[in-house]
Amino acid sequence: MTTLPLGQQLINLFAAILLLLAFAMLAQRRVVSLVNLFAAQGLVLALSTAVVAYTTRQPHLYESAALTLVLKVALLPWLLHRLVRRLDVRWEFEGLINIPATMLIGIVLVVFSFNLALPISQLASTVTRATLGIAMASVMLAFLMMITRRKAIPQVIGFLAMENGLLFAATSATYGMPMVVELGVALDVLVGMLILGVFFFQIREQFDSLDLKHLEKLKE
Amino acid sequence: MVEIVFVLAAPVLGAVLLALVGHRTIAPAVNVAASACTFVAAVALTIRVARSGSLLAFDDQFLVDPFSVFLVVLTAFVGLTTAMFSRPYMRIEEQHGRLTPARLRLYHSMYQLFSFTMLLALLTNNLGILWVAMEAATLTTVLLVSLYRTPASLEAAWKYFILCGVGIAQALFGTILLYFAAERLLGAGGGALLWTKLNDVRTELEPTVLSLAFVFLLVGYGTKVGLVPLHNWLPDAHAEGPTPVSAVLSGLLLNVALYAVVRCKVLVDGALPNAFANNLLIGFGLLSVVVAAMLLSRQKDVKRLFAYSSIEHMGIITFAFGIGGPIANFAALLHMTVHSLTKSAIFFAVGHAAQKTGTQIIDDIRGLVTISPMVGWGLIIGTLAILGMPPFGVFASEFLILTTAMREQPWATPILLVALGVAFAAVFSKVQPMVFGETTATRLPLRPAMIPVFTHLALVLMLGLWIPPFLADWYRSAAKLIG
Repeated sequence: MTTLPLGQQLINLFAAILLLLAFAMLAQRRVVSLVNLFAAQGLVLALSTAVVAYTTRQPHLYESAALTLVLKVALLPWLLHRLVRRLDVRWEFEGLINIPATMLIGIVLVVFSFNLALPISQLASTVTRATLGIAMASVMLAFLMMITRRKAIPQVIGFLAMENGLLFAATSATYGMPMVVELGVALDVLVGMLILGVFFFQIREQFDSLDLKHLEKLKE
Repeated sequence: MVEIVFVLAAPVLGAVLLALVGHRTIAPAVNVAASACTFVAAVALTIRVARSGSLLAFDDQFLVDPFSVFLVVLTAFVGLTTAMFSRPYMRIEEQHGRLTPARLRLYHSMYQLFSFTMLLALLTNNLGILWVAMEAATLTTVLLVSLYRTPASLEAAWKYFILCGVGIAQALFGTILLYFAAERLLGAGGGALLWTKLNDVRTELEPTVLSLAFVFLLVGYGTKVGLVPLHNWLPDAHAEGPTPVSAVLSGLLLNVALYAVVRCKVLVDGALPNAFANNLLIGFGLLSVVVAAMLLSRQKDVKRLFAYSSIEHMGIITFAFGIGGPIANFAALLHMTVHSLTKSAIFFAVGHAAQKTGTQIIDDIRGLVTISPMVGWGLIIGTLAILGMPPFGVFASEFLILTTAMREQPWATPILLVALGVAFAAVFSKVQPMVFGETTATRLPLRPAMIPVFTHLALVLMLGLWIPPFLADWYRSAAKLIG
């Protein structure tokens, strides 16, 4: 058996942690812990981007890693924590499906993503191609989380986690998108988060809660 | 070159200015002025392109070709007329007590930013920036949909944000896959996402990756086009937001999202030996037409009614692009133009009708023509136009699409015809009593803005009878570009 170079081993390790964190988010009911898990996911993403940057000598990936660090580890979790505190929504009681069932669906999704990613990762020439399946799986798991949660903030964290997965896909398949695009995406995410913050207060003012069951009146 | 800067700078400056003065009485005039500047710049850009052909500017980051330039003019034009319409409309809303000055400021500023994102999406040559602009378009309009802060409008805005956000995330994945395929040919860096560069090497792009990328891109941007089954956000956002927002969502956003799909389709067509992309478009388009036509008769809210009609027409256009070839593409581009003009005119008329009667419920709006002939006639003429009655432009484009379908995809023609018939019966039977019959409406404190309505309808009538040669040339060269 051939041993992989250290950099690649590290990247695979980070990818595995990312997948674990995605499952942890799926299982987590406390909103505060959910935000922390999201921050941890951002940190792992930034670290793996930095390792890719080092092993492949792609200087622009350092900037991308720094951007992730500032946005996903510091700024967004800080905003989310503030929101959780000011809106006082620490607990989420029930999801649509119970957690063991969600985890089982999650496993099926991971298998599906690995199969879907297989033909593409065989084409990739990057050192990180093995992780493309994991990136796709974390997108799918975040998607699942958005579907199964009934409260507004967990849904949004699911949305942000999905964006993390996409970013990981970009670094693992192509060594990152051009910088101008990454900046634009980061700007959109940040502005989106700010708008949502405003929006939460509007929903709360109107319904006295952030439970989305109030938002199911419009039909056909 | 300099025209591109003006086209993009006018709405940005307008947005900044309106963020400061958007609550004053002068704000609607500033809004119109900024939109007028944008329109003038767009016309100048068009003249430039008409004289010297396609234009690449600023390190190839911006591209103006026949396909994008006619949409730029259309976008700037509808942006201008909607700003003119929103002048009395929003003031009446304020007098009815539905809006506060702070919300008016938000509305005016975001309106200009929305125009900016639409124009950026059309002018950029970079598929990554196209994505960024499409996402920004959602962000600028989400707070406009919830402008009235009613429970229903909050729900509509939340749905809009989440569904379009998830959709557009799929499109980002598609863009990443596209970049992944291109990077192997063009090398890393900014060049590999430029549409012109990709178009040069499109026959060499990896087919498996491209077909997967197109599925993601179609699902992503298709959510914003409102293709069934991804359409759930569209009727809610149209019905609950202020009417000028409904008009620009239907008239501009759907077009630009479809533009993004078609740009990507050109690349995929080059890479794939089969008609995979075309078949997908035909399928989604036909499904949208049929489902929307069936749902039309169940609508009780007049803005939802016309929102479903937008889904139906987007389906027709998608279907036409799916057939492909010079005639179908020509018809699709023409249909994009006339649908955008007619639908925004209808929303203008509907908006004033709803203000007069104080409701959007179809059964409660009666006899518009007695209390205010202009609004009534505007609505009924617009409705006849959108339903494809000759001699309006919608008839011309639908006729072209149907005849081409008869030759290329004969099995689809009866389905389309039946759906169009069902849509006609549903919409006309609902609108006719709204316009004629006993009235309950009251007079408005301000004169309604009817100039935009009749300008749009006159243009649609003209396009049905005679397409100016320069416009026909554009459509033809754009149709050739799309292939």
